[in-house]
Amino acid sequence: MTETLPLTGIRVIDLSIVWAGPYATILLGDLGAEVIRIESLQHPDINTRGNPTPPAGLLGTPRAFMYPDSNPYPRPWERGASFAYSGRNKKSVTMDLERSSGREIFMRLVEQSDVIIENGAAGTMEKLGLTYDVIKQSNPGIIMCSMPGYGTNGPYKYFKGYGANVEGVGGHTYLRGYTDMDFSGTSPVFHADPAAGATAAFSILAAINHKRNTGKGQYINLSQAENVISAIPQAFMDYSMNGIVRERLGNRQQGMVQGCYQCAGDDNWVVLTISTDDQWKDFCLLMGMPELVSYPRFSSGIARWNNHDEIDGIISEWTKDLDHYEVFHKLQEFGIAAGPVIKPQEVFDDPHVIARGFYEAHEHPMIGGPYMYPGPVFDLSETPMRIRKMHPVLGSDNEYVYKEVMGYTDSEYDAFVEDQHIGDIYIGVDLPEE
Amino acid sequence: MGALSGIKVLDLTQYIAGPYCTKVLSDYGAEVIKIERPPSGDPARGLAPFKDNQPGLESSGLFLYLNTGKKSISLNLKSVEGRKIFFRLVKEADIVVESYAPDTMESLGLSYDSLKAMNSNVMMTSISNFGRTGPYKKYKLTDIVMYAMGLTMYGTGMSDREPQKLALTLIQHQAGMIAAATTLGAYLGREMHGLSQHLDIALVETQLGSIDRTATQAIAYSYTGNFPHARVTAENAVSIMPMGIYPCADGYVTFVAANPLWWPRFVKMIEMPELFEDPRFQEKDFGFVYNLDYKDEMDALVLGWTTQLTKQEVMEKAQATGMAGTSINSMEDVYKDPQFIHRGFFVDIDHPTTGVVRYPGTPARLSESPAEIRRAPLLGEHNKEIYCDVLGYEIEDLPLMREQLVI
Repeated sequence: MTETLPLTGIRVIDLSIVWAGPYATILLGDLGAEVIRIESLQHPDINTRGNPTPPAGLLGTPRAFMYPDSNPYPRPWERGASFAYSGRNKKSVTMDLERSSGREIFMRLVEQSDVIIENGAAGTMEKLGLTYDVIKQSNPGIIMCSMPGYGTNGPYKYFKGYGANVEGVGGHTYLRGYTDMDFSGTSPVFHADPAAGATAAFSILAAINHKRNTGKGQYINLSQAENVISAIPQAFMDYSMNGIVRERLGNRQQGMVQGCYQCAGDDNWVVLTISTDDQWKDFCLLMGMPELVSYPRFSSGIARWNNHDEIDGIISEWTKDLDHYEVFHKLQEFGIAAGPVIKPQEVFDDPHVIARGFYEAHEHPMIGGPYMYPGPVFDLSETPMRIRKMHPVLGSDNEYVYKEVMGYTDSEYDAFVEDQHIGDIYIGVDLPEE
Repeated sequence: MGALSGIKVLDLTQYIAGPYCTKVLSDYGAEVIKIERPPSGDPARGLAPFKDNQPGLESSGLFLYLNTGKKSISLNLKSVEGRKIFFRLVKEADIVVESYAPDTMESLGLSYDSLKAMNSNVMMTSISNFGRTGPYKKYKLTDIVMYAMGLTMYGTGMSDREPQKLALTLIQHQAGMIAAATTLGAYLGREMHGLSQHLDIALVETQLGSIDRTATQAIAYSYTGNFPHARVTAENAVSIMPMGIYPCADGYVTFVAANPLWWPRFVKMIEMPELFEDPRFQEKDFGFVYNLDYKDEMDALVLGWTTQLTKQEVMEKAQATGMAGTSINSMEDVYKDPQFIHRGFFVDIDHPTTGVVRYPGTPARLSESPAEIRRAPLLGEHNKEIYCDVLGYEIEDLPLMREQLVI
């Protein structure tokens, strides 16, 4: 028997795609829940596992950098970096939910499960006839979480919402970016995905606690756009209390000296925040410019804020010939918050990251390796957190889930193979010879 | 009955990530006792914005939002008597959450082992900048440092300019929610399997392990040693038709082209079927539709359409054809947005200092055990309740304890 983890014994049906839902089930899986991804041989999950047949022209080019050896083949859906990230500590079972026979299988799994999570556009589950009202008939204690962009009700219910969409509607995009450009220079970010995933995981666990207290299951209706608003309360409260519409500050923070400054080398940068007069004094001495300490126009937080452009010029002049890690350590030794803008090329060599063992080396049958993968973002004293199992090969847990969890016989299992519910390769996908 | 009713939390956190963790526990029904150090309490009480721009310990909108429903007692953990009181509270607690610098709890004599000696079932969550181990454990962190060292900043901004942070303290909120989820998960492990343990959250790692483009590209770098793009701008994010932010008649809108097969939706949206035959916009470059050689022409087409419409009109027309096009909302737009109003996301909360103020509510609605958002406490508001009613001190004892800087 494997070790007992905090959520051992909790079974989660995972219908989530892309990043937001999968991040919720990463957290639940890391904590020890049995997360079972529902996949389909007929409908490749292009959003999560990537294009099942990337064009041959891609092979060996820099555009194929998301695949080991820049080669997506033989099975591209097992080899992409994105699913290698989001699939850890999860199982994979296949069934075709678009056929009634597939939905019957699904309902049998529902009877044996505690949680269902999905983050498709609102309407996806309705089309399949798998709404909470239907599902709870088979298992009244089930906890179901839906987390579309804007929630499962209201005028935007059916609107499409990817990370960059809900960031915009939720008011975050308006508050970031270069202050000397218009918004068209603002790069898309997908913070909304992991943030909503964390909230979904929390909500599901709260519902599990409620069920332990009362025996009742429930439905969770989460809006990713609202989740964005909940993380920028300063701007919301300033409007609601004072009628102030906050504008972008770029890398700055009101009342402080803060920015991102170029260092020696190729595209190297350091960030820093100076919040107090004492820190400013130390900083001037560090830069070798003690005379700045007595300048009235830099003498207080407000004065420095009003002359931030001039200070940026001074700092950039100082950092431009220095190593970004060197500036970082120097400032931190004086208690000033600073850090290198770490690149993917550097992160595996960072001594702190190495000391914490944040990245783990793992092999995978379809990828080889060992390669480095980010591990859990938290640790527990009695049950250390780690990647117990790399992302699942399509359908690799069919035997276990069909026979042990759902109790189908060997002959029923074989019939499902025949009927193309069960398998380990997409149907109708042309692949080169393996 | 709240989803977390009956769970008792002692809250030693301050500023943002820790208090956000205990806020959501409180909103769903846990009893959270916030322990504040005299005389001025959580430093977040001093952070803007303030009601009517008047700074004061009870008027920070950020603090009021982050501490809804908690009870506040003042207690000086540096005093011997203060620690005795704390240990008495630990006896009755399920979870202690703290966000001091690493080793602070140990130096106060409040290590997890000593708390367990008082209550063998108690759990502890420690939230720190870089974690409780490792060479940077004493280092300082602000939001921009967290984003930079969390790997995501390098990919945000324009290729020929400095990387850009995200707004305000967004990613600290994400970290706080991760702390809440994992604290609750660990708590369920105690309830189901008898596992009482100590949870270690490093803020910077919540960003490093956050699922997004740059973190995924770190894996890809481990695969190939290649890293094609530094900053990810609108033009190199995804090379399929319009992706990015465009001006419109009254503001800005954004399009996410998630799928190369969406080209017909785009053509339908801007009502220009002749584009299907246009040689400039035919499939090229590994099956993606958008040929970057014609980016300027594509942008001109999009702008010709968007600039005739308001952001709300663009959003409705785009969504009607299945395009992921949406408005860029200012906070005023957010406040008035029909979707958020329809869902009742905003809540009006009365408070002795500020009067009734509108707050963001909870993004997740639980059908059987919804969150209940109650106002934040005044500093030390629950001293009498906790010290007298719970711990049995006499009301006459309190002034002396205050004088001795215990509370």
